[in-house]
Amino acid sequence: MEHSRITQVFLRLQSEGKTALMPYFMAGYPTVEGSRKAILAASNAGADLIELGIPYSDPLADGPVIQEAGRIALAGGMTTDAVFQLVRSIREESAIPIVLMTYYNLLFRYGLERFASKVADSGADGVIVPDLPPEEAGPWREAAGLAGLDAIFLVAPTSTPERIALAASASTGFVYCVSLTGVTGERTALPANLVDLVKRVKAVTDKPVAVGFGISTPEQAGEVGRIADGVIIGSALVRLIGEAGENAPALVREFIVSVKEVYLA
Amino acid sequence: MQQLPDAHGRYGDYGGKFVPETLMSALAEVESAYDALKDDPAFESELDVYLRDYAGRPTPLYFAAGLSKLYGHRIYLKREDLCHTGSHKINNALGQALIAKRMGKRRVVAETGAGQHGVATATVCALFGMECHIYMGEEDVDRQSLNVFRMKLLGAEVVPVSSGTKTLKDAMNEAIRDWVTNVETTHYLLGSVAGPHPYPMIVRDLQRIIGDEAKKQVLGAEGRLPDAIVACVGGGSNAMGIFYSFIGGETKLFGVEAAGLGLASGKHGASLGCGEKGVLHGSLSYVLQNAFGQIMTAHSISAGLDYPGVGPEHAYFKDTGLATYDSVTDIEALQAFKRLSAIEGILPALESAHALAYLEKLAPRLEPDSLILVSLSGRGDKDVNVVAEALG
Repeated sequence: MEHSRITQVFLRLQSEGKTALMPYFMAGYPTVEGSRKAILAASNAGADLIELGIPYSDPLADGPVIQEAGRIALAGGMTTDAVFQLVRSIREESAIPIVLMTYYNLLFRYGLERFASKVADSGADGVIVPDLPPEEAGPWREAAGLAGLDAIFLVAPTSTPERIALAASASTGFVYCVSLTGVTGERTALPANLVDLVKRVKAVTDKPVAVGFGISTPEQAGEVGRIADGVIIGSALVRLIGEAGENAPALVREFIVSVKEVYLA
Repeated sequence: MQQLPDAHGRYGDYGGKFVPETLMSALAEVESAYDALKDDPAFESELDVYLRDYAGRPTPLYFAAGLSKLYGHRIYLKREDLCHTGSHKINNALGQALIAKRMGKRRVVAETGAGQHGVATATVCALFGMECHIYMGEEDVDRQSLNVFRMKLLGAEVVPVSSGTKTLKDAMNEAIRDWVTNVETTHYLLGSVAGPHPYPMIVRDLQRIIGDEAKKQVLGAEGRLPDAIVACVGGGSNAMGIFYSFIGGETKLFGVEAAGLGLASGKHGASLGCGEKGVLHGSLSYVLQNAFGQIMTAHSISAGLDYPGVGPEHAYFKDTGLATYDSVTDIEALQAFKRLSAIEGILPALESAHALAYLEKLAPRLEPDSLILVSLSGRGDKDVNVVAEALG
């Protein structure tokens, strides 16, 4: 079987001994055009994979920064269909893998098969659903598989060995390792037990392991880069975009280049 | 009848566990603690003592002569308003606090809408020496200031929630976020038959004492089972509590949702009446949502019914016809509030006033002299300011 675009990127980086930099953006924040420019800036600056949030009214795994970005995106009229359009417009200019991240009710309401086929048609490559554990994901895995999408599941510091094995075997593309017990958002330090957690995941799977939640600075990204296959940076970038206004693409570029060339080199 | 939920926490299509991975082990821990305790005679007798001597159970089944005369039926009120803390919420709070104690969790978080569940939780935390954090929407903090003050007196920290709609739904989001963050030390004392499995089951089991008692009481008083039972439904814990012993029998069960400003206005809390299947706060049920699955804002004059979801077992009851669900408006509830106060000398909670208001619709449809039980789930002291303002 041909490798997915996500798998290809991880294989290439692994052969180079490098870690994937995976910035998160909220679709439609601060505007549709603003998010498009920021994403393209990240792609051009050397990001390896884009995580793109579809805003949801009740994002219970997210901290204040991403909650607020989602609220503004929804108030600006962002919808699931508009996110597909955004992906399409990015695809015209970049081949970077795109993983959508949103909550299960949006998939469920849209219809799992219909959602999967629209995601695939738009040119996105996978979906992360933080409130969908593998036990409840049978129908979604089937729909995603039929559409040729990667379905990514999460492991957390509280996951038992059995649950880590379950999420790792259900995941395609990569395994999402939640670094801490908590919601998304910036933290001053990485959790002490993160190295151990990543080791526990890697012990049961050969699939790439990407770490997210609480990674805010280039230095922290560098630390995670030493143990994981991918580093996800969300709230720090979303906050930067919110504060930067017109300068957002330039600042995103600067941030990505610095992380990529200094800390993940 | 098959014992529900099934091994996956499902009631037919509904229920399940749709939560972040971080919480999955915690849910399993709650489930196994509960499984070990529920048939443990020591737990049962400990809970029984607290329910009797602390909460004041059994609550009376009161023959409401004035209401009965008004409607031409024999109407009884199950007086959960006479429970310690003023509502049925104490039944669940006591049970879950004992479960938390057995799990060694010393910190408790909970959501509250009207403040009834918040007060019940703050109360049991004071009783058992637990640290207590209550999440409450800013809008509800304003309209339920009496209950906020009570919770603070009981030693709880009341955290106003300013995200989203600033009501019960957002309080629940925030309580879950707290639980995700502090999961190792904290028990989430969920207040309704909603949320991820095992909560709908645990809360039902802890609230079914309402119906178990009522069944004995009505058989003692009337020598037969009631023709109808009426209860309000937000998340649905008092309704599930009083319904459960009567499921599958001759008694017709009516759940009453908040129609707010009217179903056509779009400003209501009738998730069963007007919602679509969806996932909210960890379970699959009926949800008020738009075409893309964004959760819509509920509205009710009663903070406890101001919620865009409903417990999954009620969704199952609706689909299977085991219970019937209808709704009444803010105005109808206010009229019922005034009516019960004037006729029986009882101020009902605005939530319970929805059940009472439904008598206006139900009474003409039943044979004369039907036997009707109404769940008077809470007392109305907390609502006096809201009612005064609404009645101008």
